[in-house]
Amino acid sequence: MAYILAMVLYIGYLAFRKKAIGVVATTVTIAGFLSQTIAILLRWKEFYDIGQMGWLRAIPLTNLYESLIFFVWCLILAYLVIEFKYKNRSFGAFITPVAALVLAFIDISGMSKNIQPLVPALQSNWLLAHVTMSFISYSMFAVSFSTGLMYLIVKTEKRNEPAYIFWTVMLSIFIIVLCALGLDYLTFKLSVKSQEELIKSYLFKATFRNSSSAVSLLSWAVSAALTFVIWRFGGALRKIITGFNISAETLDEITYKSIAMGFPIFTLGGLIFGAIWADQAWGKYWTWDPKETWSLITWFFYAFYLHSRLMRGWRGKKVAMVAVLGFVAVIFTYLGVNLLLSGLHSYGSQ
Amino acid sequence: MEKEKNKSFIDRVWDLFASVKLAVVIFSVIALTSMVGTVIEQNVEPEKNLTVLAKLFGESAAPTLYSILDKLGFMNMYHSWWFVTLLLLFAMNLIVCSLDRLPRILKLVREPIRPLSEEHIEKMSIRRTVPFKGKPSGLREEAASAIRKIGFRPSESETEKGLQFYAEKGSFTRLGVYITHLSILIILAGAIIGLYFGFNAYLNLPEGQTTSVAYKDRGAEVPLGFEVRCDNFEVDYYGDSDMPKAYKSWLTVFKNGKEVMNKVISVNDPLTYEGITFYQSSFGTVPDSMDRGVVVLTVVSKDGKSEQVNTRVGGAFTIPGTSETGKITNFSPALSFDQAGRPYTYDQNLLNPAIFVEFSSPDGKPFSGWILQRYPQTWNLPDGGRVEFRSFWGVQYTGLQVRKDPGVLIVYLGCIIMAIGLYITFFMSHRRLWVSLAEEKGTARILIGASANRNRASFEKDIEKLAGLLGEARKGGK
Repeated sequence: MAYILAMVLYIGYLAFRKKAIGVVATTVTIAGFLSQTIAILLRWKEFYDIGQMGWLRAIPLTNLYESLIFFVWCLILAYLVIEFKYKNRSFGAFITPVAALVLAFIDISGMSKNIQPLVPALQSNWLLAHVTMSFISYSMFAVSFSTGLMYLIVKTEKRNEPAYIFWTVMLSIFIIVLCALGLDYLTFKLSVKSQEELIKSYLFKATFRNSSSAVSLLSWAVSAALTFVIWRFGGALRKIITGFNISAETLDEITYKSIAMGFPIFTLGGLIFGAIWADQAWGKYWTWDPKETWSLITWFFYAFYLHSRLMRGWRGKKVAMVAVLGFVAVIFTYLGVNLLLSGLHSYGSQ
Repeated sequence: MEKEKNKSFIDRVWDLFASVKLAVVIFSVIALTSMVGTVIEQNVEPEKNLTVLAKLFGESAAPTLYSILDKLGFMNMYHSWWFVTLLLLFAMNLIVCSLDRLPRILKLVREPIRPLSEEHIEKMSIRRTVPFKGKPSGLREEAASAIRKIGFRPSESETEKGLQFYAEKGSFTRLGVYITHLSILIILAGAIIGLYFGFNAYLNLPEGQTTSVAYKDRGAEVPLGFEVRCDNFEVDYYGDSDMPKAYKSWLTVFKNGKEVMNKVISVNDPLTYEGITFYQSSFGTVPDSMDRGVVVLTVVSKDGKSEQVNTRVGGAFTIPGTSETGKITNFSPALSFDQAGRPYTYDQNLLNPAIFVEFSSPDGKPFSGWILQRYPQTWNLPDGGRVEFRSFWGVQYTGLQVRKDPGVLIVYLGCIIMAIGLYITFFMSHRRLWVSLAEEKGTARILIGASANRNRASFEKDIEKLAGLLGEARKGGK
């Protein structure tokens, strides 16, 4: 997909600071975005044709594959808005990798791309409102994650600072997971029937969970080395970002604004609409099902973020760390719960 | 002396509950403990969680760990005393925080905007100056209408050097946070009401049966106060697959022996009577009941005479207007054919019911075959007649979720208030502006100062527009 190319281009833009590369990167992103929009609309139409339901209910957001695609779409849209509003391309190097990571994950997991008929519980108009709003907020949170991480990179100076260690570790985990998924994909180009099979047999099998303990050990060693390298030379990354005229204040502002947008949307679409729908479909508005509980945990994370800004001595780095961790909770709410825990919400895994 | 000490202690507790710090601590504790609760499955048999614990901490540690966690209430933690206490602390924190800050904020909100000195206006975060010639009073009308054009209602006052307009909008938006907090309390109150005055139960009701009770998790009966009968239950499938597309139950409610309500319910479309709601949640086959099933057929002769037939497996029927008879000699709840074309039953549940009918007539050749409910093409007979297999009735049950929750409306009310509160808090702002028209030593200028507590960029655009309008007014005044 175009986004992987865009990621490379944005990083190239950051590294070489050539305007031309930046323009190409933006063009590629827009082209990718448009083609994805068309693909989503086509799928919507196809779903509508076979499902014989209202077109509102036929929105292609009913399994993990479709929802991930939609997430990437929202994210790129949010990014393009920021790029044009703040006239700065450097964020691209941090946001397109998220999109690329998600798409790589879709591909490696070989999850079912078929259009599946809807189970009765999902046949409701709440599907559209609940799921789209949840994903719009997820993409806002993804933006805040990226800018929060950049803020930390710009703001930290000493290598023994907790915030510095925090961002180097987060960044290297991010890169390691990306690489490990890529290697998995290159090693096993096959489609997997169920999520459970994926987790048990293929995820990280090419690296950390390799049957040969030497390879597994090597993967861990490489990861540790990478973390160390990032830790050691993090200052260089800071110089690159600061060289791009983004002030830490702008980053902090974008982080805050995207959470201030995402939080109400998440509360309304994710929690409140979810509760109303659950009340209609399951007969309870709140069941402490793992998905609901994790949404609540995510909600508390961001409530924590919004409140901690009010506390003395918490503005700045500590708050940015909370924003970054909040997105980790989002990822777990969205993917971890479906893949690892069972519950009523397990539609995506079928 | 004693009293003062007491007071200071109460003050300290009050301050603790009024602090944002406590809120943040409570957020973290609730979030962290909730995480544990999602890993340990709630309200299930001990074996399940024992295996989870064994996987995480090793076989030997699992049983001890389990008993410790069990004693601490982790196996049903969202209803355990300490989790409820946490939620109550959260509520207390919210109440005290609001009571602590609300009077001050209310006073601020009620306080009207006042004129400011030029030095103060110059310190505002948004500033514009427009020079002009002439007397400030000459621009009075123009200035006031320009301010009205950007949506503000200006007040006016005389100053030493000229005059000043000032206006504000969205003063109340500073209450948005408190509205949001209040909504959380309302939702918690609704949840508590539901917990104490409502119930959650389930009911598996076979077709044709009536009940006046539902059952709680541990099998305890809950009287409904009326009777419910399941008249019929049906499943629609997607194409040839066994994946249900929709399922519905025909329910009838009786009060004191009289029929009072009738509704077809399906997933996402429940029935409510006297505050008790019945949700379609599952379905199944009553074990060992196949011999009790009623075969419901519509039998049509080749010249179009039709007749409804209720019979059983082993029973027989006549095609109307003829002496041709059919005898049901075999039945399968879920019929399929193997590669060689031999019929077999692939499931004991009623997925694809089929009857085997042997036809005979005095003047024709006898014939026989399988008739499948889900496949109308199997209904046609070689002689032009038709046997429509309508239903195999009386062996399926409908799984209903039964709930009474008087708190649910309060929870919804809280949700609506929360949506409004969040909208005010995050998407509206308190905007103030001052426009001073001053003349000193022959030079005159318009000074605009403005501030917004949120979304400054868009307010800045409004101020830009205002400066533009005033600039035009100045030219018009010449």
